[in-house]
Amino acid sequence: MTFDRRLAAPLLITLILIGAHWSFGMLRGYEAIALAIVSTVVTEFVLRRVLTGQPPQLASAYISGISITILVRSPLLWPYALGGVISVMSKYVLRTRRGHLWNPSNFGICALLFLAPYAVAPLSVQWGNNLWPMLVIWAVGLFTIWRARRAHITIAYVLSFFLFALVRSLITGSSYAAEVAPITGPMYQLFALFMITDPKTTVSSTWGAVAVAILVALVETLFRLAEVIYAPFYALFLVGPSALLAEIWWTSVAKRRHPEAPAAAALVGNGGTAAEPLR
Amino acid sequence: MPSRQRTSPEGAPPRRRLISALAAVVFLALLAAPLVIRHLASASDAGNVALSGSVALERYGFVFEEVSRPAGIRFRHEPPDLDAKLEPIMPLVAAYGAAVSVVDVDRDGWQDLYATTSAIGGHNALYRNLGDGTFKDVAGRLGLADVNREATGVSIGAVWGDYDNDGYEDVFVYKWGRPELFRNDRGRGFTRVSERLGLPAWINANTAVWFDFDADGWLDLFVGCFYPADVDLWNLPHTRIMPESFEYAQDGGRNYLLRNRGDGSFEEIGEAAGLRATRWTLAAAAADVDRDGDPDLFVANDYGINELYLNEGDGRFREIGRAAGVARSPKSGMNASFGDVFNRGEWALYVSNISEPGVLIHGNDLWVPTHAAGAEPGYQNVAGALGVELAGFAFGAQFGDLNNDGWLDLFVTNGYVSGETRDSYWYDYSLVAGGHRNIIADAGNWPALRGRSLSGYQEDRVWLNDGAGRFRNVTRAVGAANTYDGRAVAFVDLWNRGVLDAVVANQRGPLLVYRTAATREHGWIELALEGTRSNRSAIGAEIHLYATGQQQLRQIEGGNGFAAQNQRRAHFGLGTTTALDSVVVRWPSGTVQTITAPAVNMLHTIREPE
Repeated sequence: MTFDRRLAAPLLITLILIGAHWSFGMLRGYEAIALAIVSTVVTEFVLRRVLTGQPPQLASAYISGISITILVRSPLLWPYALGGVISVMSKYVLRTRRGHLWNPSNFGICALLFLAPYAVAPLSVQWGNNLWPMLVIWAVGLFTIWRARRAHITIAYVLSFFLFALVRSLITGSSYAAEVAPITGPMYQLFALFMITDPKTTVSSTWGAVAVAILVALVETLFRLAEVIYAPFYALFLVGPSALLAEIWWTSVAKRRHPEAPAAAALVGNGGTAAEPLR
Repeated sequence: MPSRQRTSPEGAPPRRRLISALAAVVFLALLAAPLVIRHLASASDAGNVALSGSVALERYGFVFEEVSRPAGIRFRHEPPDLDAKLEPIMPLVAAYGAAVSVVDVDRDGWQDLYATTSAIGGHNALYRNLGDGTFKDVAGRLGLADVNREATGVSIGAVWGDYDNDGYEDVFVYKWGRPELFRNDRGRGFTRVSERLGLPAWINANTAVWFDFDADGWLDLFVGCFYPADVDLWNLPHTRIMPESFEYAQDGGRNYLLRNRGDGSFEEIGEAAGLRATRWTLAAAAADVDRDGDPDLFVANDYGINELYLNEGDGRFREIGRAAGVARSPKSGMNASFGDVFNRGEWALYVSNISEPGVLIHGNDLWVPTHAAGAEPGYQNVAGALGVELAGFAFGAQFGDLNNDGWLDLFVTNGYVSGETRDSYWYDYSLVAGGHRNIIADAGNWPALRGRSLSGYQEDRVWLNDGAGRFRNVTRAVGAANTYDGRAVAFVDLWNRGVLDAVVANQRGPLLVYRTAATREHGWIELALEGTRSNRSAIGAEIHLYATGQQQLRQIEGGNGFAAQNQRRAHFGLGTTTALDSVVVRWPSGTVQTITAPAVNMLHTIREPE
């Protein structure tokens, strides 16, 4: 009996969720968790059935629900339900013929932060104060995405973040430690390990994905210089779909020029990575 | 399995395309939902508009008039100027010290006010109520003014209680520095007796509460600390003084419990009694939450979870915050106020936190008990359902019946740092807030504030309890919309009229006195208690009022809210009730005293049976 590697990320994120809430009580509460997951799963179940007639991708919806639960903070309950539904719906409404454009969680979180800042804030604190939980999450997360052949994206992003933090520090006069600080928190662990590695948010080639990760970090820096607190989410929101559309355009142009050439790697809609990203 | 549906020329089944279009419409509607919700919320907040006094009085049953200047009160809080190493973020650190507490210092029947400032060399003020609508600062004459010195630190707040049971209330001034206890010499002056406290020579205290935890008739004292005792904010060897975390910090100061020996001295028994946490305490309040006859203690902590200590009755406390549900999620606890908001004869608890749209939305908590008398306490947060969740960067709060309709209303102060500009520091704050403790804990890593604001210029909140499960924001309508950085609020009947006036202490701002005009259609009753077997201040006494099937509950407070203490008199609004069935006083000694059919619209003085 072999382990289905697609279950690695859901299991890992579930463990993180349970551990984080049990240890630190960092989530809104069990009712928020249940609401977000039920919202995403039910939405996925209904829309997938109705719109495609195919079996629902419940693992993907489950991860979207957990992502909303972890990355959104609100004393109210409705944002968890609304964020979950919007996340999954974005997959079915905002798409090209080759698949959806936004990472569902990224879309849902950005929608909530942009449209309901009076009720919602992003996760912006630590998971406790110890180094070990952070190292464990980074280690397990990196191992997971390495197995999924997506580690180059995370590494490119993290290195870019450190470089651009230096640039920001020079521009703003803030200490380098302050500029680097966000990446030592859990929001960035989830963002860098599981969100930007989503095949739906980047291009197919290895170096192309690296370039997109660097571009995300660059746009994030521009947002940060404008003092936008949700900079990483907004950067991915803009860069991910743009990169995908560019690749689709480039592929179609190449196909018209060289109709005999094999199609570009069918990344869009493949979902076939070994580990499911944050969705 | 291939679809049986007929397909369009483009390849997609028409029905499916229709459903896709429908899904798109629903999707757009969902995206618009937050905007609709916001619109509906603002529509229900329509009471928060400025009105003329007469209209507000008619509509809400009360209105405030800010009268500090005509009353002769010209007090302004000044912040401490700490070690220059903290200069880049000085306003964030020197953000406390505006406090107000109520006392009748000379037992003349008129309530006086003690206000603290925090600048080295600054003088605290004791405004003696002259009974003619004006006040006179007598702190200098009585020896309570000059307590903010370089060698001994500065005031953060003060609480009053008659610790020696001589009939005159004494004052404990908690400081970032040397804590001070002053004995009241029959209203004619004060004698410093701080050495008899048994506290360290220097602590960084942010709260204190008088209560008689062992029911021996002598007031004991809880002292809650923010920074550890070894931090001297004027002489820092380094800048690693900030909390290790914004939600899980446990490197704050330890708290103290001083048992009153009854001979004028105290014994520090905090650790032995079970108070071992070292979180960053900002507020505390005592009440008998499990209704077993002895006072329990709630401690509100910044940068982490709060604590609820059950009094075991044997000199020890058991922390049950997580089990009771009030400490499962870390927030930024800055206030602790007990009140019977539903008139059910049990204590609800209001805890203020931070709510900054889009950045950090903790939401304030209104914990209502779900347990029966004597059972292990459990609580449910209903702040959202009642409409008292989102205030701002909230600090002090108090329950009080402002329009005498028989239901407790709520006053919440707001605002952290109003800078030279309204530009926000929140982005920079969020940078370090999410970082590892090695980054957060060092003030040297924090971006400079440079005159910007952090949740500054926020209005206070006045919420009116409609008695039907909702609180309504009437701040502007009733004239309480100041935008100073509010810290403490205290309720007191300053002019002996049977209404609660409000006094607000603002950081780097004036002490505001709101004189309340309440509708004459509502009755009231006030009770001044004097203990005999219990502590003479009667702190901890519970008063149950019964009338036509309704009951209300108050207690005599030894300090609550944030850096505040209400009057020791219990005030009840009665609505249109004109006759009471009874008032039952449960004294801290355990004595239960029933007053049958007390007259309304008057102050009653009740002495504990010997």
